[in-house]
Amino acid sequence: MSLLKYESQQREPLIDGNKDYHQVTEDIISPIEMKPSRLWYIGFYISVALLMFGVYSIYREVTYGIGQWNLNKTIGWGWDITNFVWWVGIGHAGTLISAILLLFRQGWRTGVNRAAEAMTIFAVMCAGQFPIWHMGRVWMAFFVLPYPNTRGPLWVNFNSPLLWDVFAISTYFTVSLLFWYSGLLPDFATVRDRAKTKFRKMMYGVAAFGWTGSTKHWQRFESLSLVLAGLSTPLVLSVHTIVSFDFATSVVPGWHTTIFPPYFVAGAIFSGFAMVQTLLIIVRKVLNLQDYITIGHIEAMNKVIVLTGSIVGIAYLTELFIAWYGQNPYEIHAFFQNRGNIFSPYGWSYYLMMFCNVVSPQLFWSKKLRRNVSVTFFMSIIVNIGMWYERFVIIVTSVYRDFLPSAWSTYYSPSIYEIGFYLGTFGLFFTCFFLFAKYFPVIAVAEIKSILKTSGENYKVKMGDIEKADAEKFYIEEVEHAH
Amino acid sequence: MSGIKKFVVGSFDDEAVLFPAVKNVRKAGYKIHDVYTPFPVHGLDHALGLRETSLHTAGFIYAITGTTTALTFISWVFTKDWPLNIGGKPHFSLPAWIPITFELTVLFSAVGMVLTFCYLCQLSPFIKKHHFSARATDDHFVMAIECTDKTDDAEVESFLQKAGAKDINIQVAETGWWIGRYDKEQKLYRHELGY
Repeated sequence: MSLLKYESQQREPLIDGNKDYHQVTEDIISPIEMKPSRLWYIGFYISVALLMFGVYSIYREVTYGIGQWNLNKTIGWGWDITNFVWWVGIGHAGTLISAILLLFRQGWRTGVNRAAEAMTIFAVMCAGQFPIWHMGRVWMAFFVLPYPNTRGPLWVNFNSPLLWDVFAISTYFTVSLLFWYSGLLPDFATVRDRAKTKFRKMMYGVAAFGWTGSTKHWQRFESLSLVLAGLSTPLVLSVHTIVSFDFATSVVPGWHTTIFPPYFVAGAIFSGFAMVQTLLIIVRKVLNLQDYITIGHIEAMNKVIVLTGSIVGIAYLTELFIAWYGQNPYEIHAFFQNRGNIFSPYGWSYYLMMFCNVVSPQLFWSKKLRRNVSVTFFMSIIVNIGMWYERFVIIVTSVYRDFLPSAWSTYYSPSIYEIGFYLGTFGLFFTCFFLFAKYFPVIAVAEIKSILKTSGENYKVKMGDIEKADAEKFYIEEVEHAH
Repeated sequence: MSGIKKFVVGSFDDEAVLFPAVKNVRKAGYKIHDVYTPFPVHGLDHALGLRETSLHTAGFIYAITGTTTALTFISWVFTKDWPLNIGGKPHFSLPAWIPITFELTVLFSAVGMVLTFCYLCQLSPFIKKHHFSARATDDHFVMAIECTDKTDDAEVESFLQKAGAKDINIQVAETGWWIGRYDKEQKLYRHELGY
């Protein structure tokens, strides 16, 4: 809407190429209408295979018990909770992009929000698996809900952070799903209205809920998105805050710190953006969407990565400083012996984490590297590994040697079924993501259209010419006239 | 409210042409049934004389319902129904209940708002609606003008032509229970200020 909104010509266009509204529809919707490529099938089958392995691992765990995992005394939380926190963290970037950047009126979010939100939902689905199956007797999982029962009724403990987590994760999943799906309605309608086959028309017709594009509906839609964004913003901050409370409210040295909530949230956004980069760099290439997910988008996300990575770095250093400054012998042991001592059994993981999360993102201070797709892709993997190790370090190095040396546990390494469960969630995640990339509009078509005339390259060029002509006219009329 | 109605439908391919057209059509006294657009066109609701939505107010009411539900329920459980002694802490320990209270506030508000949104816009799977133009979700801004017995169709058509519409046709649609809410929502142009 060049009439109602002005965007500076200094800003790089968000949509490259010579586009009009129809071209936008064509570019984003046509992959849905084509047969999937061979590469898609290969990727999809690998994901399903991983998922099957995960299902088998869970089957073993349910049948024979948690003993199938190599958890021991004192490491009662190992890979499972590490993976849980890691997946939840990954989910955070989607909500940050869709909600917080909407409130900040960041135009570039329109290119990436749909895929990022999908990633959030799939990541939270994966995360939820871990605490559920870790219960052991999973058929009693509904005990975590406050429902009237014949035992009193005996209620759940509302003062426990683990219960807060139940509410936080389930609310987060529900709200993200609603936000995502309500945004999808107009785009499903677009697919429906250009469908050539009867089956597709019916399927997308059902999915679109009968969306017409009426002005009144759009007005309500915008109000809904804005309020959902306003609700999701504190929600996303609360979710990882509450996850961090699982640790911070305990008395375990290494967990019992007040810095955890902001530190976890920053880490979550950090790892989430890394995952968004990993996925979108592949998606834009495979689906030919480089015009919509531009180098500018990648750069913007890299800026978030260097910011949040540095916040995480400060948090690591603050923890170390406070451990020293507090002079609590157990804290000092947790931070300087169990973690900081590279010769201790898990010392290597601490330094790996430090390198991946704090040192490596500093590359992105260089504009050239920020705008390099291969470097970004490589870095996104590094950051994901680093953030997995952060959770591993926090969980395992804090509990493997506790207050009583006689209770110090042996070295913990996961069993094949623990690894299988983790790989299985990768399978679940990528199976969902492949289906999403094939059957859903991976970019919010309607939102792209709404910024096309302010941020599209061809419109910007035109606008630039008009502005230049105006400036020249002004110069001739005003400045020269004055002389 | 329901019944067979006739509409003159004009499609515009540029929102910059659409705005003055909306104004002129309304000024001429025709009744715009609705304008269907592929994306939210800001200011079009005002141009059509639609009142502001109060969906956010509903959201607020759902939110405080969530807050009260959580607080009353947890207080009842922990102070009346089954007071548990947890580490000698007070039974009424409000700070520990903030997280769940907050989550339920958000949950109630979000779920309630989405359901209200679907109800108000009559959105649901398997619903059948009349679509005036398939391009309304692609690249056209589709204006549907409602005809009464007194309306001269040819006159409306030529009016739309002059206003810059590209594709003009006459359609008959059965207005179901989802159509016709606009009768209440839309203000007449002459009732607006400055006319």
